[in-house]
Amino acid sequence: MSALSLPRRDRATPLWSRALFGLLVQYRRTWRSSVEMNFIYPVLYLSAMGIGLGGLVNRHLAASHAAALGGVSYLAFIAPGILASSAMQISTQEGTWPILGRFKWERTYLAMAQTPLRAKDILTGQLAFVALRQLMTSAVFVVMMWAFGALTSPEALVALPVGVLVGLAFATPCIAFTATQETDAGFPTIHRLIVIPLFLFSGSFFPITQLPRPLQLLAMATPLYHGVALARAATLGHLATSASVGHAGYLLALALFGALVARRTFERRLVR
Amino acid sequence: MGAPARALPAGARLTPLLLARPRRALTLVERSVRVYKTKWIYIVSGFFEPLFYLLSINVGLSHLVGSVELGGHPVSYARFVAPGLLATSAMNGSILDTTYNFFFKLKIAKTFQSVIATPLGVADITFGEVGWAVVRGSIYSVGFLVVMAAFGLVTSPWAVLDLPATMLVALCFASLGIAASSYMRTWQDLSAVSLAVLPFFLFSGTFYPLSVYPHPVALVIGLTPLYQGVVLCRGLTNGIVDPGLLWHAALLVALSLAGLAIAARRLGRLLTP
Amino acid sequence: MARSPVVSARALSKRFGDFVAVDAIDFDIWPGEVFGFLGPNGAGKSSTMRMIGCMSPPTSGELRVRGLDPATDGPEIRAHLGVVPQDDALDDQLTVFDNLRVYARYFDIPRREARARAAELLSFAQLEGRGDDRVDQLSGGMRRRLTIARALISRPELVIMDEPSTGLDPQARHLVWERLHRLKREGVTQIVTTHYMDEAEQLCDRLVVMDHGRIVASGSPRELIRAHVSREVVEIRVEDGDYRSLIEELAPLAERTEQLADRLCCYVADGDALVAALSKIDPRDLHPLVRRASLEDVFLALTGRTLVD
Repeated sequence: MSALSLPRRDRATPLWSRALFGLLVQYRRTWRSSVEMNFIYPVLYLSAMGIGLGGLVNRHLAASHAAALGGVSYLAFIAPGILASSAMQISTQEGTWPILGRFKWERTYLAMAQTPLRAKDILTGQLAFVALRQLMTSAVFVVMMWAFGALTSPEALVALPVGVLVGLAFATPCIAFTATQETDAGFPTIHRLIVIPLFLFSGSFFPITQLPRPLQLLAMATPLYHGVALARAATLGHLATSASVGHAGYLLALALFGALVARRTFERRLVR
Repeated sequence: MGAPARALPAGARLTPLLLARPRRALTLVERSVRVYKTKWIYIVSGFFEPLFYLLSINVGLSHLVGSVELGGHPVSYARFVAPGLLATSAMNGSILDTTYNFFFKLKIAKTFQSVIATPLGVADITFGEVGWAVVRGSIYSVGFLVVMAAFGLVTSPWAVLDLPATMLVALCFASLGIAASSYMRTWQDLSAVSLAVLPFFLFSGTFYPLSVYPHPVALVIGLTPLYQGVVLCRGLTNGIVDPGLLWHAALLVALSLAGLAIAARRLGRLLTP
Repeated sequence: MARSPVVSARALSKRFGDFVAVDAIDFDIWPGEVFGFLGPNGAGKSSTMRMIGCMSPPTSGELRVRGLDPATDGPEIRAHLGVVPQDDALDDQLTVFDNLRVYARYFDIPRREARARAAELLSFAQLEGRGDDRVDQLSGGMRRRLTIARALISRPELVIMDEPSTGLDPQARHLVWERLHRLKREGVTQIVTTHYMDEAEQLCDRLVVMDHGRIVASGSPRELIRAHVSREVVEIRVEDGDYRSLIEELAPLAERTEQLADRLCCYVADGDALVAALSKIDPRDLHPLVRRASLEDVFLALTGRTLVD
């Protein structure tokens, strides 16, 4: 073994990108099991609710001359809601069991921690991985939406970064929480008591103006409401409002806050 | 093993089901109850899901949909959807145990391998696991039925028969679930199960009538298990009862029997090679 | 040029709340040697390893690895360190080759170089031809050899190993030791923790004996045995478990006697002489065993307990 152990490079690749590489190699082996949740579920919801239920809704609204949905078909109304909701579902799914596995069962993070990677590099690589997957999923869904005829403007492309933003806004707090857990006991509760209610009451399937006022205010304090509103603004072509800035700002703030907490919990878990 | 291997009646060679001893199967149900006594939170929180759906429909969707044709006259959307959710909760309650939990017990904890060393036979195991799944599905259904009543969505004395109807749904999905899971080899295979459950939930006529579909599609869906449960519960809950409902019940029974037979044969082959 | 230690510790301590895992220990580890931490489970060996590996910050005291301070230069130290953890931490879903390739990337080794090293290390681990097998298809011994190979991907001069042969069958253990002997011939400094005395005797040039977070003895295996126990040991087992009369009679003849749960150990310079004397004292057919003293006996003499509970 020579004394010169590492080859000299002009510019070392960033530490976090090395962690990302490790996760991508893993993903190449396991991507098949995520296909259904990431791609098939949203399309099924879109078809069933957008077309099946949409038939009932469109007919009723036309007959009663109500403009509850702002003049678009039910399909076009719910599609951005499903985009944002599946970003949430993917993040909460990916941000729980797989993260715990990388700490405890496969111990991927531990292997990384033995190398020059620090806790914050590992976390950054993990978040980059989540963002990439969200980007892929959102892209596929936007194409689906276009195929279903649910897009009305080129601003709809902004739905891609919106999906990533919603995904990160949910992923970072989830990951921060998971890093403190020793078992998966809390995860089903997150799904049933947080994810499902948010999914149903954040304006994906009906405008939250239908809710009683106090519940409306509650909904507006939750992240998915802002994700849905922002995605809808993008796909229906009315992004250029101050409301959009507000929605984006909320999501960004949540994502950053979650990332900061996650950094602390990662460090505490990996460097004990 | 307890059963004399030589003197098998001809029928039992076809399916080990005929060798079942009900009382012994009950011990397996008992075991599951004991396991879940400490994990009751899982059962309770699983009950919230259909409740949330019902709330969102009542509060949000009903204004968008207006009324739906049922049995000749219009009913509120909530009265249309709720029985579908009832059948779904029976499905959800029974499917989890007969897929993920069952697979875990079979392949990883190897629970059944140790059980089979006792006088319990394959048929007892099958009935025991299915029995527990039916119990769990029924708990979910009863809970949901109570919520429906609280929302004023139960309008007919026929609704009492909802209970056996949902037990039938639970039985059907339990037996189909175990039959399917017994063919799975890895955890990745199992995710195909949840991939099957969602289409059932979305496309079985819970949220909109089958008339939306082109005729051939409607025919096919008309034969799937959850649809039978949806139609049964919808008719019973709203008091729109006709002999046609018996056909749906019979279909559920037939599917359950097929599932049980397949499950018992597969388990027999896996546990006593 | 004066040689400086690869690793040096002064009053090194690690506390978890009230629990003191490592209690103010001192040691120096010199280049090219195989240095061992021997002790039972819970002695503080793994905690010490984690501190040397810059994966756990010391609570107090001083620790230097290759002249650097783990508290400030962790990543730099780890860049030149090979780590073999107790539980492998291999990725079961990936192939053998992928595990090496990914690990190489963490060290920023360029792709072609990484591939070359991976091939080289596969043959070091005697896993040629198994590069495309999934890790979960390997036996325990193969996994451990792979983990050792992986630790060498960055061509480190210092390798730390936590219980390298625990959980392996005897043949696998010998294969692992043989690989480590080869590493030593190449001049790699190795730090090993173990609770097996035969592993310590086989591998280590020098070692420290740890118990309850403290170092109770240090030196080469031979020095330790010579310093703390006699040359030979006579083991006697009786069925009724009553050794009192034996102890009374043998005590004046032996340097020391030690009663364990299932036997009596008599420490003497000449075991055969004691056996001869025993047959005159006690008419029973006791079949005593005569063996050379080992590090297990050293630990017993120092702490009154055995290495393996």
